[in-house]
Amino acid sequence: MGNTITEKILMAHTDLKEIRAGQLINAKVDIALGNDITAPIAIKEFQKAGGKKVFDKNKVVLVLDHFTPNKDIDSAQQCKFVHEFAMEQQVTHFYEGGQVGIEHALLPEKGIVLPGDLVIGADSHTCTYGALGAFATGVGSTDLAAVMLTGELWFKVPQSMKFIIKGKMPKWVSGKDLILNIIGRIGVDGALYKAMEFAGETIGKLPMADRLSMANMAIEAGAKNGIFAPDAITKEYVEPRAKRPYKFYSSDADAVYSDTIEIDAGKLEPQVAFPHLPSNVKGVSKARNIKIDQALIGSCTNGRIEDLRIAAAILKKRKAASTVRLIVVPATPDIYKQAIKEGLIEIFMNADAVISPPSCGACLGGHLGILAEGERAVATTNRNFVGRMGHPQSEVYLASPAVAAASAILGRIASPEEL
Amino acid sequence: MILKGKVWKFGDNIDTDAIIPARYLTTSDPQELAKHCMEDADPAFITKMKPGDIIVGGENFGCGSSREHAPIAIKAAGVSCVVAKSFARIFYRNSFNMGLPIFESRELMGAIKDGDEISLDSAKGIITVTKGNKIFSSNSIPPFMEQLISDGGLMKHIGKKRKESRV
Repeated sequence: MGNTITEKILMAHTDLKEIRAGQLINAKVDIALGNDITAPIAIKEFQKAGGKKVFDKNKVVLVLDHFTPNKDIDSAQQCKFVHEFAMEQQVTHFYEGGQVGIEHALLPEKGIVLPGDLVIGADSHTCTYGALGAFATGVGSTDLAAVMLTGELWFKVPQSMKFIIKGKMPKWVSGKDLILNIIGRIGVDGALYKAMEFAGETIGKLPMADRLSMANMAIEAGAKNGIFAPDAITKEYVEPRAKRPYKFYSSDADAVYSDTIEIDAGKLEPQVAFPHLPSNVKGVSKARNIKIDQALIGSCTNGRIEDLRIAAAILKKRKAASTVRLIVVPATPDIYKQAIKEGLIEIFMNADAVISPPSCGACLGGHLGILAEGERAVATTNRNFVGRMGHPQSEVYLASPAVAAASAILGRIASPEEL
Repeated sequence: MILKGKVWKFGDNIDTDAIIPARYLTTSDPQELAKHCMEDADPAFITKMKPGDIIVGGENFGCGSSREHAPIAIKAAGVSCVVAKSFARIFYRNSFNMGLPIFESRELMGAIKDGDEISLDSAKGIITVTKGNKIFSSNSIPPFMEQLISDGGLMKHIGKKRKESRV
């Protein structure tokens, strides 16, 4: 009986010779991440436990990306606390001010997370790095404190679900649409405690940006991690960025899966998740006449340069409807600079978009784009829970950058085909 | 330990944004977070509940973000434990790690209404609905998790292990 890629990576971080789903293990961690919301609790727990030095200053990553640029005095205090800890500990990968990118776009871009790594982050979307063929999972602040202290953490080896994607994706259908469709099929707890492994001919050709969007939303189906077997596309992405060795793992042919689900991507249209669950998914053709007040293009799900290129291609020589606030959030400083270089920012500004600094703010209803009572947004983000982006009586519809851009122009949820 | 209190029922997929909305995450002070516990699921919850009360949830309780502020807010509000049909993964981990007692029971939800009193024997996993003396058992907890609870959470567990390895 063989092993899945998830089991193999976990096993490689223990002294065990064999590993099976359901087993509780203690594993060594390659990278541990915290942000301005979750790190303060972790640091306090670390100090309370008598921690003096983090286990490895090159393996602890701190990114102040949620309530930054500091939105108020309380959030400034939280950032200052993390800043002081990072300085004291001489944390190599500490990002604040103009170096801040949204963590799950920033870490892959900087080559901090690599294939074969075991990554934990006190942020649920840490599962994003599975796109690179790493085992990456979101944990809480106490878990982060434990890793900062010992370099290790307990894990239950998850069962794996296999998603085999076939068929040629139609125009305007992206990785975001695939993952929304999957969450719509299996529900917000459809992969609870499990690994979601994405495979099949369509995945083999899927660009890295799309893979990152898909792995990012594995948590929205309750999964422990999402994962792609690394291949030539992974190598092309990782090779120029890596500053240390990395390893490709893949599942054995006789690996055991709890479920195998096949999806024909050729039959999909762009997908929209209606309020108030990411699983409340319909095709965009069934989302007509839903007027919007805001369109948000960005986040750890869809704020990469490829996403901005798609949105710009649609918004070029067009304007957002006068009733819509269009907000574009380049996810990292490098993406922002590249978007300026390619003229994308000018296209967005000519379309009356507000350009936000890289920040998680609007996505989690923190700042930089909050919804009022009764307002409705289409967003390329990952969650549409009650009150997620602002007032408890506001609504969020999740979609791809293409749908968000088209919707901004028409003032209602729309497919780019309608333009 | 016997936990006894009135129950407050919530539905399926109660997410961490509903338990403690992100707008309050500019602090990690438990007492501040407690003021907004369950606010976007039931704005009146914090004024209605009494210390020792019990939250009963449906499927996938605590889904969404990894914020440990969610179990912290529940614990600091004085809720003695949460019983749900199932828990989201990170919330489950966080609760054991920081010491909020949680129990899985698929049957309890259907047998109670808001305000009913239940008692819970945490060691035996036995839940008793006071009125009518209906008895349910919660799912068993893996031995490692029991160890976490008896040591007082993950950090204390690690502290104990480190001490032992130095002896």
